[in-house]
Formats: sequence, C-alpha cells, structure tokens
Amino acid sequence: MSKLLKEKIIKIEKLAPLLFRLTIQSEYIAKNAKPGQFVNIKCCDGIDALLRRPISICSVNREQGLFDIVFEVRGRGTEILSLKKPGDILDILGPLGKSFYAPKDNSKIAIVGGGIGVFPLLFLLKELRCAHKTAFLGFRSAENAVLLDEFKKESDSMYVTTDDGSLGSKGFVTDILEQKLSEESYDIIYSCGPVVMMKRVAEAAQKHEIKCQVSLEERMGCGIGACLVCVCKTRKDDGWEYSHICSDGTVFWSSEVIFD
Amino acid sequence: MVISEDMNIAVDIAGLKLKNPVIAASGTFGFGREYSQYIDLNQLGGISVKGLTLEPRQGNKPPRIAETPAGILNSVGLQNPGVHSFIENEIPYIRQFDTAIIANIAGNTVEDYCKMAEILDDEDIDAIELNVSCPNVKAGCVAFGNNPSGIYEITSQVRKFCSKPLIVKLTPNVGDIRETAKAAEEAGADALSLINTILGMAIDIHKRRPILANNMGGLSGPAVKPVAVRMVYEVCQTVKIPVIGMGGISNGDDAVEFLLAGASAVMVGTANFVNPRACIDVLDGIKSYMLKHKYKSIYDIIGALELNQ
Repeated sequence: MSKLLKEKIIKIEKLAPLLFRLTIQSEYIAKNAKPGQFVNIKCCDGIDALLRRPISICSVNREQGLFDIVFEVRGRGTEILSLKKPGDILDILGPLGKSFYAPKDNSKIAIVGGGIGVFPLLFLLKELRCAHKTAFLGFRSAENAVLLDEFKKESDSMYVTTDDGSLGSKGFVTDILEQKLSEESYDIIYSCGPVVMMKRVAEAAQKHEIKCQVSLEERMGCGIGACLVCVCKTRKDDGWEYSHICSDGTVFWSSEVIFD
Repeated sequence: MVISEDMNIAVDIAGLKLKNPVIAASGTFGFGREYSQYIDLNQLGGISVKGLTLEPRQGNKPPRIAETPAGILNSVGLQNPGVHSFIENEIPYIRQFDTAIIANIAGNTVEDYCKMAEILDDEDIDAIELNVSCPNVKAGCVAFGNNPSGIYEITSQVRKFCSKPLIVKLTPNVGDIRETAKAAEEAGADALSLINTILGMAIDIHKRRPILANNMGGLSGPAVKPVAVRMVYEVCQTVKIPVIGMGGISNGDDAVEFLLAGASAVMVGTANFVNPRACIDVLDGIKSYMLKHKYKSIYDIIGALELNQ
C-alpha cells in the first residue's frame, strides 16, 4: 500500500552535471518498497511545476530507514528537486507501481539498463537472491556512467557501453547483450531504459526464449491509476488494449507489451 | 477539524442531495477506488465518475499529458470500460460509501446519449451529468456542446429518458457561455456544471511538434481558475437552475470563490492528481472559512458576491 508522506532529505549528491542522488529518511518506504517501484514527489510547494515527478527507487537501507533515488534534471520539477538541501522535507507519495518478478534462488539473471534507467535495476540487483547476476549497462558517455562500483559489487559480471566510446565498448548495450546471448543463456532478463533499447532487449529475449521484464516510462499525471494518461499498448485475446504504466506497471512482461 | 455542530453544509441541487458541496470531478477520480487508500470516500459530497460511453473505449495515443504553467493539458479521449461494466463492477463498489454517484456520460450520437440515459435511469445512481464538451474526441460530443441549438437538441432528447437529476456540463470553448447555459435550461436541464477544459496546445520546440500525440488537449488546473470563476458568475446571473462550479479548485479558498460567484456546489479535478487528499482539504477549507466569518449555513455564502460599483 502506498502512503502520502512528508519525509526528510538526508543527503544530496551531484553524480554528474545533470545527475543527482537524494537520500531520504523514510521508515515506511524503506520497509515496504520493492525493486521496480517508484515514488511520486511534489518538487515544490506551489504551482510552478504543478504535477508530482515520478522517480524510481534506486536502493533502500532497511536498517536505517533510508532510501535513495537518482534523477536527471530534465525540466522545472527536477531542477527544483536538485536544489534541495539536507533537512528539507519532501512531499512523497509511495511506494507506487508493480515490482519486478522474484526468480528462484538458483536462477541466472541479467539486467539490461540504459541511461537513467540503470538505477532502478541497482535496487533489483541488491535485493535479488539468485545464483548468478550479469549487468549490461549503457550510457551516453563516461561522464554519466556513475555508481559503477556499486553495480560491480552487486553483480557477478558486468559489461559497460557508451555511445561515444569514452568508457567500456563503443555502441549500444543491446549489441553486447545480443553477442553474449549467442554464447550463454539466462533464466530471466530485466530491462529499463529508452524504449528503443527495451524493444531490442525484448526481441532478443524472445529470439532466445528467455523470460523478460521491462520497466516502462511515459509522461504521468497522478501516478496512482486515476488520470489514465500514462498508457502503453498491451496484448489481449482479441487484439490489444491500453494499460496504465503507473498502476498496471511500470513493470510488464515484455511478451505483454506491444512496442510501436 | 473542529466543526461547530450547527454548521449546515448540505446542499440540494435540483433534488440531488449532497451532504456537503464538494464533488470529485469526472475524469480525475476514476471510480473512487484509486483514492480510497488516501481518503475516506464517505466524506465526499459526491463522485462524478470517469466519462462513460456505451461501449468500452481505449482513448487516444500517448503522450496524453503535458504540464503547462500552473496547469496541465490532457488528451485522454474518454478511455473507459463502458456503461455496462460501470453498472456491473463500479456502482456496487461506490455504493459501499455514503456519497452521491453522478454518472458522467458521453457519446457520438444523440441516440448513444439517450440509450445510456435510459439504461442508467434504472440503476442505483443519483444523477446524470451530460458530457457534451469533451475536447478530446473527434466525433460527436463537443459538436453538441459548442452551440446553443446542439445543446438544446441533446438535452431535450436525453431528458425524455432521464427521470433523475440531469446536469449538463458546459464547455468554455464558446463565444458566450450564457447562450449555451440558457439553451440547456430551456431544454429541461436540472442543473449545469462548468467549466470543462479549455482547448489548448503545447509545443516541444526541439522536436517542432506538439507534446500531445493528439496535438491539442484540454487545459485544467489553477491556470484556468479565473476564467472559470468569471463564467460561473455569468451563468449564475443568467439561469435559475443550480450551477456546479469547477476549474482549478485546489483548496477551500478557491472553492469559496465559486460559491460566492453563485455555484451551489463545486467539483475538484486536477488537484486530485497532485494531492490525493485535495477533496478533503477543499471541504475543510470551506468549513474554516465559514467558521472564521461565522456563517452557519453554506447558503449564506452561495451567491453572496457583491460587485464593486
């Protein structure tokens, strides 16, 4: 169950020119959040950036009652959020959305993340108890490839790509994924990032008959399934329907989703 | 909050009895379920449900929302499970709570509206709200709502099938809203609700394309409030039937503006998206205002506006 909360910011770190990590004190979120879920944050008290901003949870510290989010400054709301200070109180709705499927303990899993989409997958890596974890991470450039030490710590093998080749291999993360899939298999792949990337991940997973979950993103209104604006096409018996990303997802089985 | 026991906040809108004047606006509150974990639905005067059509509708392509200064543009396009699913699955749910159910209906043809009114007239709902002003669907709907003769035609036809209180929801996208208001009154509407969203557009300058996949959408939120207050005032000066005011109401003070302008009740819309407790906050704010100014009855403030001379 999600709650409307007022929680205190403990720490704010600038990870890259437009990337920030916020650490927030919240017993409730730390206790209840599952990987893949998000919080919907009111960035300002007034009406200048009216809507809340949905941001995925990047990790939780259950012992200390803390959770982290990583976000990119994209507009007015996230800009205001980036200027917050430790001690400031945030109006938070959460945790929201469906979480990733938890596989069996002996599973071999892979995560495939692109850009800002890598961070919710860190939470998943930290929480999953399974036999082998591989991380495929794609970034625009070395500058944006942050928290790699944490990804490395939480995974058994890790592959990094950048669009410009400034770190890891040059190219798309899906190139390396497809290459690896010809050599080895996984029980399940989890993906989050740009739609074009997730579409290719889904196609590769289907080709190799691997179960795959994707975490989708769309412009949201309420975050709780009431305003009906954040939709994606999903299959149903006699065709397709619009499902709501915030409440039916954000995590879907890739076989359910129709990527246009 | 503390309420003086003798404070009367119940309103009667042409037979639609509400225990307080705060209604959740259609399209912003689903069928109440989504909000039940944040607020006690028993506290609401009523819920105007998501706009219903005869058959289920998938709605428009995404993106369906764009944030604009102090507001949002939406182009949902009436995604809903259809009137039959509403009757089967949603009415029993909302009926668990002590709150009025207003069925908001939309269609492509006069026949669609009449058929839905006929079906719903036998169901356990408290009023019907005619949505003749949705800017996000191509056929019908808005075509009825943007001119007095269209409003007259559809209202008088639906009236024949509707014995429950009939509310006509007016669009602000007209030259003079008093004309469409009068047409609805003359055609037999029991009450009016206004304003629906204002047709707008937002452009992504880097892509040189509208943000909404549907190109245009309906503007709502605090940005529209002054326009809505003016229109509610004008309509209240023009018709004798009760008016339900809406447009950018986020707190009690906003609601009181509409009540002073003549509205008998208010609907809270976009604010629900930002604050799931918005309806309760609006209600508490109205009570605080009444306490502060020592009003005993909500009717002491309805239409109590005095113009500057």
